[in-house]
Amino acid sequence: MTSPRSLFDKVWEAHAVRELPDGQTQLFIGLHLIHEVTSPQAFAMIEEMGLPVRFPGRTFATVDHIIPTDSQLRPLADSLAEEMMVALETNCRKHGIPLFDTASGHQGIVHVIGPELGLTQPATTVACGDSHTSTHGAFGAIAFGIGTSQVRDVLATQCLAMAKPRLRRIEVTGKLGGGVYAKDVILHVIRQLGVKGGVGHAYEYAGPVIEAMTIEERLTVCNMSIEGGARVGYVSPDETTFDYLKGRTYSPEGAAWTRAVDWWRSMATDPGAPFDDRVEFAGADIPPTVTWGINPGQATGVDEPLPALSSVPDDERPGFTEALTFMGFQAGQPIAGTPIDVAFIGSCTNGRISDLREAARVAKTGQVAPGVRTLVVPGSQEVARQAEAEGLDQVFKAAGFDWREPGCSMCLAMNPDKLVGREMCASSSNRNFKGRQGSPTGRTLLMSPAMVAAAALRGEVTDVREIL
Amino acid sequence: MTEKIIERVAGRACVVRGSDIDTDRIIPARFLRCVTFDGLGEHAFEDDREQAKGDHPLDDERFEGACILIVGENFGCGSSREHAPQSLMRFGYHAFVGASFAEIFAGNCTALGLPCVTLAEADLSALMDSVEMDPEQEVVVDLASRTVRHRGGSLPAGVRDGTRKALLEGSWNATNVLLEAGQEIEARARDLPYTEGFRSQGP
Ligand code: SF4
Repeated sequence: MTSPRSLFDKVWEAHAVRELPDGQTQLFIGLHLIHEVTSPQAFAMIEEMGLPVRFPGRTFATVDHIIPTDSQLRPLADSLAEEMMVALETNCRKHGIPLFDTASGHQGIVHVIGPELGLTQPATTVACGDSHTSTHGAFGAIAFGIGTSQVRDVLATQCLAMAKPRLRRIEVTGKLGGGVYAKDVILHVIRQLGVKGGVGHAYEYAGPVIEAMTIEERLTVCNMSIEGGARVGYVSPDETTFDYLKGRTYSPEGAAWTRAVDWWRSMATDPGAPFDDRVEFAGADIPPTVTWGINPGQATGVDEPLPALSSVPDDERPGFTEALTFMGFQAGQPIAGTPIDVAFIGSCTNGRISDLREAARVAKTGQVAPGVRTLVVPGSQEVARQAEAEGLDQVFKAAGFDWREPGCSMCLAMNPDKLVGREMCASSSNRNFKGRQGSPTGRTLLMSPAMVAAAALRGEVTDVREIL
Repeated sequence: MTEKIIERVAGRACVVRGSDIDTDRIIPARFLRCVTFDGLGEHAFEDDREQAKGDHPLDDERFEGACILIVGENFGCGSSREHAPQSLMRFGYHAFVGASFAEIFAGNCTALGLPCVTLAEADLSALMDSVEMDPEQEVVVDLASRTVRHRGGSLPAGVRDGTRKALLEGSWNATNVLLEAGQEIEARARDLPYTEGFRSQGP
C-alpha cells in the first residue's frame, strides 16, 4: 500500500510539468478564468511578445467588476468601463476564448459562474487574476489568485511558476449553533489565526462542520482563505461535491461522468495523510461574527464587546488604535447596536442563491429601517433567475430592499455602487479595508447575509438569532 | 530571452510605516478602470495622501526622488491587483524593504523585476528611524550579498532563493522560463484524465 497523501500533494504532483531552475514548480493550469479588470494588460503583453494563447479552450471570460447593477445597457455610461468591456470582447474574439457576457445568460461574478457552470471541478488547478480565486477550492480544486503578469504566463503557456506552500489542516468539530453560518466560520478562523496567519500556507478545511456544509457554504469558507493570508484553501471532494456537479453545463456526462467520479475519489485526501500542522476549532464556540476594524481579522462575536486595549499585544496597538479611530469606535464597546447607513448583500463570498434565501428569510419579518440604503445584488444571472423563480426578489422588494442586476457591485465599488462619505455599511462581502467600498472614509462591517438583512431591518447591528 | 539583470538597487529611500497595508490603499479600485498600466504612478496611495493632506511620506519633499520604499509587516495584502506594484514602480520605487510581504504582492513584484527584501525587526526599525532622520543618505538593496546597506551599517536581508536567482540571472519574466518546457506542457496536459476524457459540450 502506498502511504496516505493529501489531495493537495496529489494534485500538485499530477500538474507538475517540471522543476524550474529557481526551485519553483512549473504547474499546469486546468482552468483559467478571466475578467475585464486584470486581463487587458496581459493580452497586450503576449501580443508584444508575439505569442498566441496556448490553450484557448482552457480559458473562460466574464464581466463582473465594473459592470453597473442598475442599467447594463451598452454602451455603458462610464466611458472607461465601456473601454474595458470592449477590450475584453475584442481579446476574447481574437483568441477564441468563450465570453459569458450579459447577453449570454451566464454572466456573473467569476467565482460564482465557474462553480455553477460546472467549470470548476475536483482535483484540477484553477487560476484567475483575482485574489478570491481560492473560492474554487470548495470542490477540491487547487485554485490560485494571480497578478496580471501571471495571467500573461497562463495565457502564453497554460502554466504558472509556483513555490509549493506548506499545508495546514483546519478542522471544525461538532456542530454550529442556530443563526451561525459559513461566513461566521471563516471570520472566526481569521479572527483567531490572524490576517497573516496563513501566509505561505494552503489550508485544507475539514471536520464534521465542513463535511456537513453544502457546496455553497464551502465556497464561502474557501473564498476568504486569502483574507487569512492563505493563497489556497480547499475542501477534499466527497458525495456533496459530486451531487452538486452532476448535470451542470460543463460537467462530464454518461461514461465520462463515471470515469470522472472515480478519478476525483482517488484524488481525495486519504485518511492519515500528513500535514505540516493542524488547527482545531469547535463549531459550538463560533458566534455570529462581525468585523469592527479595517482588516477581516479585526472581528468579534455580535454579543461580545470590542477588545479592550489591555488585551492587545504591544506591537499590535498602533494598528488597533488606527482601526478604532477610522471606525469611530471605543475599545471595549459592544458592536451590537451600531447604527448603519447602508446594507449590501452580494459578492463572491455571499451572493449565491442560498445566501439570498437566508437573507430573504430575515427580510420577510419586517421593513428596512428608515434612512438605510440597501442593495441586494445576485452573484450571477443564474442566481438572479433562480431567486426570481422562487419569488425572493419580491420578498426583498416588499421589505424595502433594492433588487439589482448581477455583478461585484459594492464589494469593491468599481462601478457606480459606492459608499458616500463616512457611511457605515453592513456588508456580506469579504474586505473591510479603508476605502474598499468606494469612499475613502467609508466604513464596512463584514457579516453573514442574514446578519446584514437583520441590520437593515433594525437600522443597527443586530444578533440575527433574535429574529430567526 | 533574458530580462535586465538586477543585482542591486541603490538610491534614496522613503518610509511608509504601518502593517497590513493592503493593495486597495496602494491603488484604490477606481483607478483600475484602465486598459494599460500607464498613468497609475501619480495615483499611488491617493486616498491615504488625500486624507493626510500633504503629510504623507509620498508627498514629503525630503523623500522626493527616492527609489526604495521601506515598509512594515504584511505589505501588499488583499487584492491581487498588479496595479499596486505597477503604480509604485511608476511612482519611482524599484525595490521594497519590509518586515514581511503578502505573497501575491511579492510575486507580482518579482514579475516586474522589483526586489522585495525583509529585515529583522530591530534592523528594520533602526533603518526606518535613520532614513527619516537623514533622507539624503544612500540605501543599497544588494541581492548579490543579501544585504541592505546604509549609513548605519550592513544589515542581513531575507530574500527567497528562487526570487534572488531569477533577478540575478535576469530570468524574472516567468513566461520565457515557462516556455522553455516546450512540448512537455502538452504532454503533461495529455496525462491529466480531465483534459480530454471528461469533455462535455457546454452551452
Ligand atoms: S465580488 Fe468582490 S471579491 Fe469577489 S471577485 Fe468581485 S470584487 Fe473580487
